[in-house]
This record gives sequence, structure tokens and C-alpha cells, in this order.
Amino acid sequence: MSGGHVLDATDVVAGYVPDLPILHGVSVHVDAGEIVSIIGPNGAGKSTFIKAVAGLVTVSQGEIRLDGNSILGVPAHKLAAGGVGFVPQTGNIFTTLTIHENLVMGGASLPKAQAMRRIGEICEIYPILKDRAREKAGVLSGGQRQILAVARALLTEPRLVLLDEPTAGLSPMAATELFGVVRGLAKNGAAVLMVEQNAKAALRVSDRGYVLAEGQNRIGGPAQELLDDEEIGEIFLGVRREALFPTPEESA
Amino acid sequence: MFLQHFADGILSGAIVSLGAIGLSFTMKILRFANFSHSELLTWGAYTALVFLSFASSFGGVFDQNIGPFTFGLPLLFSMVFACVATSAIALFLHKYVFERLSRMAGHMTMVFASFGVALILRHLVVLVWGSDPIYYSNELQFAVLLPGNVRVLPDQVFLLGVTIVTVVCLHLFMTRTRTGIAMRGVSESPDLARISGVNVGAIINWVWIIGASAAALGGVLYGMTVQLRPELGFSLILPLFAAAILGGAGSLYGAVIGGLVVGLSENLSVMIIPTTYKPAVPFLLILAILFFKPEGLFGERSK
Repeated sequence: MSGGHVLDATDVVAGYVPDLPILHGVSVHVDAGEIVSIIGPNGAGKSTFIKAVAGLVTVSQGEIRLDGNSILGVPAHKLAAGGVGFVPQTGNIFTTLTIHENLVMGGASLPKAQAMRRIGEICEIYPILKDRAREKAGVLSGGQRQILAVARALLTEPRLVLLDEPTAGLSPMAATELFGVVRGLAKNGAAVLMVEQNAKAALRVSDRGYVLAEGQNRIGGPAQELLDDEEIGEIFLGVRREALFPTPEESA
Repeated sequence: MFLQHFADGILSGAIVSLGAIGLSFTMKILRFANFSHSELLTWGAYTALVFLSFASSFGGVFDQNIGPFTFGLPLLFSMVFACVATSAIALFLHKYVFERLSRMAGHMTMVFASFGVALILRHLVVLVWGSDPIYYSNELQFAVLLPGNVRVLPDQVFLLGVTIVTVVCLHLFMTRTRTGIAMRGVSESPDLARISGVNVGAIINWVWIIGASAAALGGVLYGMTVQLRPELGFSLILPLFAAAILGGAGSLYGAVIGGLVVGLSENLSVMIIPTTYKPAVPFLLILAILFFKPEGLFGERSK
């Protein structure tokens, strides 16, 4: 049962190569208007999970539901048309296309008139995209690229927004601005699932958080509780890294 | 003499440009060198012949030439027919050969498969139409004298005109339509296009249709100014690759400019080297561009 969640992923096993899963039974759910962060060390499977939800990685076991409907095996372009907006960590804009053309790409699944109307609305929210519409997207700064990438993903007014390391490589000011955008998305009713290396910053803007390690859920709960948990802080500072990577004896 | 070679270079470069457009896009989007692409020029030329024979049998207005050209309305219609027929062949090859191989094999396998497909396509032409040269028209045409003592046939002027119109139409398609923009997007990043809501499979079909249609036009125009023979496309394979590599994979403008550079360098080279060595010029161009600018003149690096 989805239990009314926008995204409800249960026991997801997935990976890039058959029979070599990176995720070993990850469960995550996100509700409308909620920001949920997935944090964890490098190689934990955070990005793989978000790509599996976006339809870019094959899921071999488990279930992923969007508004209660299974989306396993649904092609990525149909998910995008059906309400999933995904902003990848790298290569998230078309650098050889103009800014306007990037937005046109974002509205590919919409009827032309509706896409043009949405581009107009998005440009009102992010005026820089209107001012520099005819410029190649490759000339934008890191922060501006992220704004364009988010804007491209928002063209279809997605119910679920997936953000993979949205602040990677951004200045503190640009990161703060981007988190403001993320808050705005949730305020407008979207369910936001975010993968972040910058755990503290991500949890500060989130309602809930999940900690992944070695492709499995380790800890989960309200973001503030995770922030206040000294043990988690220590683990992410590297002092208690072994807590996320128990030895086989400890696991037993 | 220079101007005459220059004009000849532009004319042969126009054919190469049309052929290189599809090759360039398949290299970039499908990530393999399709050696069977040149055979689409041959099939374009020969399928036009089918419609030409059919239309000519009606006589009347279909028998009359247009102005100074050696052809009438049937050839214009046969160009459209050739584009449709060649696109159908390309889509068939994509669906039953290349798409299947791309799912289960590497790029090298696809390259070798394209060699096999090229051989099959070429020998099917021999099987259906024979190996003797065929002409669209047996009429003798006299060259027109242009300023600078340059002589060109009216059919060659038509060839250049069709090429220019085709390139302008393709430019408008690629920059003004959502499908064209999506083609450029898929060319840069298929995965990003997918998550943006683009049906990449449908766009790849468009790549084949546009590439095959341009090749068919090139084949008809080449056949019109020279003759039809089963090796028509095969003889152009090196210039096509030279143009696509020179211009940069995935670039419409690169393919066009690359084609013109190849045509010009081939024809201008005979002023300083024996004509026998003319076919080696595309080889030298490929080597030079791979050494000094591997991404090609217009191949854009993702930033």
C-alpha cells in the first residue's frame, strides 16, 4: 500500500550491471509538500537510488510507486511526462543548446502551447533565464546552471522532484539560494527528494532524512532529530566511520 | 583554371555534404561509424529510377523537360519518392539490425555489421538493376559559360540549388522545431533528454529519416550529373567519412562545410598533384583533422 505517499519505494534492489546490485533493499517514502534528504558516505548508493526512481537504472527487486501506481519498467521519458522531475548531479543542462532551447527540452512532453506558457511562467520566476534566453547554456556559471537545470525539470510541474547533489560545486551563497528554491517547490506542494553530500545543510532544509550506507537504510527520521544526533554528526565527520561499515562479526 | 576547379569542387562537395549529414548524426547519436550509410545514396538513386520509369510511361506533360535541364517533373517527384523509400530502408535496418545489436553488442560489432549491411545493399542493387551503368536521361547537355571562364551544366546548377534549399530547410528544422531541438539535445546527452521527457527512440527514428533522405537526394543528384552504377555510394565512402570527421560528429553545419572542404580539396589538388592521387586527399584530411582537432571543426565539446 502506498499510504498516500507521492513516492513509496520499498526494498529496492538495483544496479547498473545485472546480478551486481548497488542497492540492497532500500526503502524511502516522500509525501506531498515534504523535503526528504538522503545522506550517506560516497558509494552508499544515494545517486543510484535516485536514478532508479527516475527510470535510468533497472530495478531487479522491490517496488517503486508514484501516487500509489507502480512505476517499475516505465521509461524515463514517460516518468518525466507523468510527474517526475529529475535534476542530475552532473551534465544536467544541454551546454550546446541555448537557455531557451534547454527550457523547450524540459517541456518536450507537453503540448506546444502549454510548454510555451510554462516557459513564460518559469522565466517570470527566474528572470535571468529570460534575459539570457538566446545565450548558449554552456556559458552560465555553476549556480546559474543549477537554476536552469531546476527550471528545466519544473516545466512539467512535477509532483515529485528528484535532486542529485544540487549544491555540488556551488558557492555558499548560490547553495543558499538554491535551497530557497527547493523550499519554494515544497511550499507549492511538490514532494522533493534530495541526495546531498553536504549533510548538515541538506537536513536543515529538510523535513525528514534517511542515512544510507553500503546500499542499505541505516537510520531514518525527522531531519531535526538527525541533526541533533551527535552520533550521526561524528559519523559524518569521519570519527565513527566504522559505525556505518560494521565488520562481519559486528553485523552478526 | 583555378575557378573551374573551384566550381567543380563546390559541386562535388555539395553531394558529399548531403551524404555526410546523416553519417555525422549517426556517428554522434548512435555512437558508431555506419559504413553502410553510403549505400543509401545508391539506393536513393536507384529507387528514384523506379518512380521515373513509372511516371514517364504516362507521357504528355511528364515527357517535357523543365527549362534548360535534362529532366522534367517526374524527376522532381522521384526525388520525393526516393527520400521516402530510402528512409523506409534505413528505418528497417535500424529496427532489425543496428538497434538490436546496440542492445546486445559493442560499437565495434555494429561497425562490422555495417560493413556486412553495405555489401548486402550493394549486391541487392546488382541483383535488381544489374551492374551496367544507367542514365536518368540520355540527352546531351551543353555547359553554360559563366564569368571567369567557368563552365557548368544547367543540371549542376540545379544540384547546387537543391543542396542549398535542403541545408536551409534542415537548419530551420533543427533550430525552429521542437523535434529538431530535441535531436540536438539527444545528440549531446541521450539520458538528459530522456529525463526531460523526450522520447529518444522516436528522435533516433527522425535521425535515420533525415539522414536517409539527405543521402537519397545526394544519390539522385549524383546520378543525374554522372551515371547510376551499383558502386555509386561505395565510391563516396571516404569523402563522406572525411567530411563528417572534418566537420565534427553531430553537426549539420560541420557536415556541410566538411563536404565542401573535401570537394574543394579533391578538385583543387589536381592542380598540384597527378589526378591519380585525387582519391587519397580525403585520407590526408582525415589524418590531419584527427591529429590536430579530433572533435572536428564544428564538433562542440560539452563544457
